[in-house]
Parts: sequence; structure tokens; C-alpha cells
Amino acid sequence: MSTIFGIPTPALYGQILIGLINGSFYAMLSLGLAVIFGLLRVINFAHGAQYMLGAFAAYLLLTYLGIGYWPALILAPVIVGAVAIVIERFMLRRLYGLDPLYGLLLTFGLALIMEGAFRHWFGAAGKPYAPPAQLTGAVNLGFMFMPIYRGWVVIASLVVCIGTWLLIEKTRLGAYLRSATENATLVQAFGVNVPLLLTLTYGLGAALAALAGVLAAPIYQVSPLMGTNLIIIVFAVVVVGGMGSILGAIVTGYVLGVLEGLTKVFYPEASSIVIFVIMAIVLLVRPAGLFGREE
Amino acid sequence: MAVGTQYLAEQPKLRTTSLVIGGIALAALLAAPFFLYPIFLMSILCFALFACAFNLLIGYVGLLSFGHAAFFGGAAYFTAHAVKVWGWEPLAGILLGVAGAAGLGLVIGFLAIRRQGIYFSMITLALSQMFAFICLQVPFTHGEDGIQGVPRGHLLGVVDLNEPLAMYYVTLAIFLFGVFAIWRIVNSPFGNILKAIRENERRAISLGYRVDRYKLGAFVMSAALAGLAGGTKAIVFQFATLTDVQWQMSGEVILMTLLGGIGTMIGPIVGGGLVIALQNYLAAYDFPVTVLIGIIFVICVLLFRRGIVGEILELMKRKAKGAA
Amino acid sequence: MSNSLLEVRGLNAWYGESHVLHGVDLDIREGETVTLLGRNGAGKTTTLRAIMGILRRREGVIRLRGQDLLGLPLHKVAQAGIGYVPEERGIFASLNVAENLTLPPIVSDGGMSLDEIYTLFPNLHERRTSQGTKLSGGEQQMLAIARVLRTGARIILLDEPTEGLAPVIVQRIGDVLVALKKRGMTILLVEQNFRFAKKVADRFYLMEDGRMVNSFPGHELDARMDELHEVLGV
Repeated sequence: MSTIFGIPTPALYGQILIGLINGSFYAMLSLGLAVIFGLLRVINFAHGAQYMLGAFAAYLLLTYLGIGYWPALILAPVIVGAVAIVIERFMLRRLYGLDPLYGLLLTFGLALIMEGAFRHWFGAAGKPYAPPAQLTGAVNLGFMFMPIYRGWVVIASLVVCIGTWLLIEKTRLGAYLRSATENATLVQAFGVNVPLLLTLTYGLGAALAALAGVLAAPIYQVSPLMGTNLIIIVFAVVVVGGMGSILGAIVTGYVLGVLEGLTKVFYPEASSIVIFVIMAIVLLVRPAGLFGREE
Repeated sequence: MAVGTQYLAEQPKLRTTSLVIGGIALAALLAAPFFLYPIFLMSILCFALFACAFNLLIGYVGLLSFGHAAFFGGAAYFTAHAVKVWGWEPLAGILLGVAGAAGLGLVIGFLAIRRQGIYFSMITLALSQMFAFICLQVPFTHGEDGIQGVPRGHLLGVVDLNEPLAMYYVTLAIFLFGVFAIWRIVNSPFGNILKAIRENERRAISLGYRVDRYKLGAFVMSAALAGLAGGTKAIVFQFATLTDVQWQMSGEVILMTLLGGIGTMIGPIVGGGLVIALQNYLAAYDFPVTVLIGIIFVICVLLFRRGIVGEILELMKRKAKGAA
Repeated sequence: MSNSLLEVRGLNAWYGESHVLHGVDLDIREGETVTLLGRNGAGKTTTLRAIMGILRRREGVIRLRGQDLLGLPLHKVAQAGIGYVPEERGIFASLNVAENLTLPPIVSDGGMSLDEIYTLFPNLHERRTSQGTKLSGGEQQMLAIARVLRTGARIILLDEPTEGLAPVIVQRIGDVLVALKKRGMTILLVEQNFRFAKKVADRFYLMEDGRMVNSFPGHELDARMDELHEVLGV
């Protein structure tokens, strides 16, 4: 069996794949956080809970209505996005113009409510969610066996990230979003319904988190706390990447995921903290973040 | 945010009133263990002190730390270890907890103050989560079990802390000392500079203050006082576990302060008391505590951002204005 | 019903607690170019911002063709047919020139086509893929004006378009405004530069301390120079 630095190569590739998958989720979630923060100036602490809701929506759709993975991939984001729109209309909206800390505290409270309620109803243990039949099994890539579902997640998340990026950079809606991020009042003075844009952006960001949740369900199991532990890591990713650049958020997500995977191979004890350590180093060397602008 | 203390200082009448209220409160605290469970009261005192320490940072420097559990829970581990494994005298153990929390505060604060506002909060959260992971893995914390069966021992080798009343009065003394220390810090020249930074950081910089040093100083003091609360808690409850270092705990202390009144002297005490009492009460029911805490968060942020004490002070201020 | 396109009556406005407009009256007829004169701080920009609704705390009457604007949210004011060119120009750095140009939604028929706009501003066509803020100050001002011509707005509010620009550019902007006038565009202009304003203005309003103190037709400008010097302190 071949080895690299004394590590058997299949194990190495396996961890890189796991790193890529974790990175896919970091990228999708930090992307949503960055878009929401850019326009609403709110750090959406509920992002992790919305990811969890997405996974639970898929699980509940299957368990109670017999609706499978593929429809859930659309339905779960729609449901979670709708909930988010209600939250924006009735709660977040009242906090615009105040210290952004209040937005953080409100969404933190909402995250506690969602997670507490699901924990109360479904217990803390993870619930299995089977991948769809078309994506079960594994393929031999020559250097390793790759479970098909995992390959699908990496590809799907890339498509989602690039799609979101194109939406923001290349469409009219994206132009509204970018310009409103710079100067929302002026964009509204041109006749763009900015309040609606804010609502849609929050809904879209939450839907993105929910989509990530559905993709994650067959890999990590569905549990009430799956989001919060993840969101804290994503916060670190966001601090490393800086929130000024959408592309920066995506790239940072994947890179940190892979670095985390590699750490698991070479120094497993540190794998759960490596992203935080990288964050600390970045803060020392380049406080504004790798792609960030100092505000 | 901080209407409380300054306002009281400017109003002689109110100052007398607040002295009277303070006297009554002190008498109540002295008499309380004869009417309520001492362990319940001590729990309130520890968390109220924790909230006051946290408030030193958010209320007077305007920095929202989302990682104060690291100092509270970290100190609990240090104290518990020193007392149980090394056989230290309890006060010395608590002091070690304070020193450890201050050291942690120096490291986390040094990194976190490099960014402002919302980023500061995210960084403190991430670093405290890292500390929680470390606590899960290093041997001396005993992972999921935590450090159990910490002996209360004899204070200075004399006072037997296994006696509930003795433990209570020692805790009360530590609490009063901590609150007094915070009061002194806030009303010192140092505290005034902190408030100037909170009001207008750029102006403070242009006046020649090395703002980062003041922020870091306040951060370390706040961490040390949170450590005082955490170390004391380890002696009172005789254990230290992961619960105290995790993000939920950071959230709870934010809630206590927000509910009572950010930037007021007694708000965090009121908030701490309420939250602990509520948790105690709910323990008997099936309703999930986390959900309730979340609901209180949402209500506070949407409806009364000044907190209970802050709103009362605002009302009094308006009344005084109306009368004058 | 007055025959005004834009009618402002007794407009009061506040920045926070400070009362900045005190009963401003203003009438602009269809196709007219009206210029607000006044010292810095007299309330000219504030008047524009209050008409748009960027400044929210207002009392009084603002009507566009009889439609009350005061209760409308900001974007509805724009949709009612007012185009706004702010003093700071407001070119977006994250958008290229073409995106900046097409950002404001069409609010009614009768706006200029993109081709017409590019004919009027050939520079913008050349630089349409550049980042908006990479343009020179003069080009940015052209872009800010061009931006509201596409939308079919009935009236444009133009805040100090010549400020800080070289004489050649000022000349160009003057030509553009004359061309717009010929097309029948209604313009409310805030301007410090008399010579520039004289070329385009049908009427002048003079502001002082948040009040309209005088108004006169454009051709009287020269005759009133002494009075203006006194009020404007120039």
C-alpha cells in the first residue's frame, strides 16, 4: 500500500474528501451569512438553526408525508425561507438602524427557540435519513472508493455556490443587491422597493441554509443541535475570509474544510480546533481577514 | 445605554434613595438564608456576579463578548483542580481561578479587540468554543464527567465551609467585593475613559488615548471577575463541568444582563436573580428552558432594550424632568 | 388645482430634533427649469431630500400632478416620476458603468432609450464596462444625470451638478441640460454657479435659513445681482 508522509494514501484521500464535504457546508453557510450581513447588517445567528430546520423539514416530509429527497430539496428551502420572511417582516425589520448587536441577539434568541423546541419534541439523538436510491453505493475512482452521495454533495454545493455568485454578480436582482449593500437609501430613491429586497434577501439566505441542511441530512444525521456547533465554526470561517467578498467566503469555506480534513490525518487531536487556530493567526497577521476590507 | 450610575450621581435625592434601597437590599441578603435555600441563593450570587463582570464590558465599553463562558467555566476548572488535586485552601483556589481567567482573557481579548463590533462578538464566540474543545480533550478536566466531588474545605484553614451558612456568607462577601470592585472601576478615571471610548472611539483615539490598551484592560478585568464568580461557583457546588464553558452559558450571561439592564449597576444582579429563579422554577415542569430563554431574548430585544432596571431608571428620569 | 407639475406648500422638515425647513413653498410647471440659490446651509439640498422623502420627518404638502407624495415610502416617490441626482453623485463601486446606468427601474413611458443616452454621453458608451467609481469626476456626474433619463421620470432633482468640476466639463453639463430642456424635461436645480444657472434657468428661488425669501424670472438675474450678492455673500 502506498503512503504519503507515512500515511496510507486511501486514508489521506478519504479525509480530504470529508474535508471537502465539510468545506461545502462551510462555504454554503458563510455565503448566506455574508449576503445577509452585506445588505441587512445583521449577523444571522439563526443561520445554523435554519440549516437544522432544513434537515428536519426533509426528515418530517419523508416520515409523515412520504415525500422523498428530491422534492424535499426544493420544498424544505421554500418552507424555511417562508418562515424567515415572516421573521424579517415582524421582528428583524424593527431593528434596522439600531446597533447591529441587537440583530445578533434577536437571531440568537430565535435560534435558541427553534433548537429548544426541536430538542423537546424529537430528543437530542440524531435521526438517520437515507440518501435517495439513485445516489447510494460507491464508485471506484482508481485511487479510492467514493460514496456517490458524498460526490453529489460536493458537486451540488459547488453548483449552489457558483449559482448564487452568478445571481449576485450577473443579474439585475444582483445589481440591486450590490448597490443596496453600498447605499440602500439611494437605491430606494431610484424607485427600487428596498424593504422588499431586504425581506427577500433574508428569505433567500435562510433558504440557502435549509438547502445545505437537506444535503447534510444523509451524511450527518438529523439532530436539533447540528446547526449551532456548525455555525460557530462558520463564524470563524467568516472572520478568516472577511465578509466583503462573496467569492472570498466561498473559497475560504472549502479551503478551511480541506485543511481541517488534513489535520485529522496528521494531528487528529487538533482537528476540532484547527479552524479557530487559523482564525487566531489570521487576526494576528491580517486583522481585516483574507478577502476583507477594514470597515 | 448607561443612564444608571451617572444619573444617580447627579441627583442627590435619588442618591439618598438608592443608598436606602442598597441598605435594605444588604439587610435582605444577610437575612435571606434563613428563609430560602442557601444553595439557591449562592447560585444567584455567583451568576449575578458573573453578569456584573460581563456588564463591565458591554455596559461601559460597548463590547459584546459572546465568549464569557470560557472565563467563568475555565476558572471553575482551575479552582476545582487546585482544591481537589493539589489540596489548596479554597480562597487560594479561587484566586488561582481568577488568575487563570485573567490569563485567558488576556489571550482572547488580545485577539478579539483587533476587530470591532459584530466581528468582536464572533471572534470571542469562536475562541471560547475552541477553549471548550480543549477542555473536552485535556485530561485534567475529565472530559464529559467534569471534576466532581470538590471539597469545600476550610477557609484560611479556619472556617468550615461545609457549614451552609458559613459558605453562604463567604459567597456573599465575595459577591459584594466583586460588585464593589466593578463600581470602583466604572467610577474611576479609567472607567471614564472607557465610557468615552464607548461613546466615540475615533474621538478617544484623536485625544491621544491608546484605545486598544484600555479595551484590553477592561477585557482582562471583566474576565478576571467572571473568573471570581466561576471559581466561587466551583467551591459552592463542588464540581466543574463542560456546561460552564460552553456557548449556552455565554448566551445566558448575555440574557441576564440584557434582561436586567445593560450598563446599569444593579441590572445584571436583578437579571441574574430572575433567570436563575426561573430556571429553578421550570426544573419542575416539562417546558424546555432553552425555549423560554430564547423567548425572553426576543422580547427583550424587541420591546425593552434598556432592560428592567434601565426602563425603571428611564421612567424616573422622565418623571423628574416632568416635575422640574 | 394649480397648473404646477410639482407643488410644495408650507414644507417643514427636521433633522432629528433640529428644525431645518420652515414653511417652504415651491411651484414648478411642466417643462420649466427652476434653480434654487442660497448660501451653504440655507436648506437647498435639504429641500430636495425632503421632496424625495429621504428626509422622513416632514410636514406640509408635496404634490406631483396633484398626487400627494408626503405619505409615500421613498421608492414610491421615485415611481411617481421624480428622478434624483444627489450631490455626492452616488455612483456604485460594485457596479460597472452600464449597470449603474440601468439600475433605476423604468417608472413610465417616455424615457430616453439607451442609444439616445449613449449618443448624448459618448464617453459613457466607451467606458460602459469600467467600474463605476473608476470614472473621472466629470464622467461620474454625467453618469449620475444619465442614470435618471432612462426611467421616464417627469422631473429631475439635480443637486449641484457642477461642483468641483473643470470649466470644460461644466460647459458640457450645461449643454446637456439645454438639450434636456429642449426635450421638455422639467428640472429642479440646486446651483451655486450663477453663470451656469443663468444659461438654463427659467426661474430662480432664493433660500435663506430654511425659507424661500424671493423668487424671480431668469432674465432678471443680472438686474438683481446686488441683492443676490447681499444674500449669498459672494
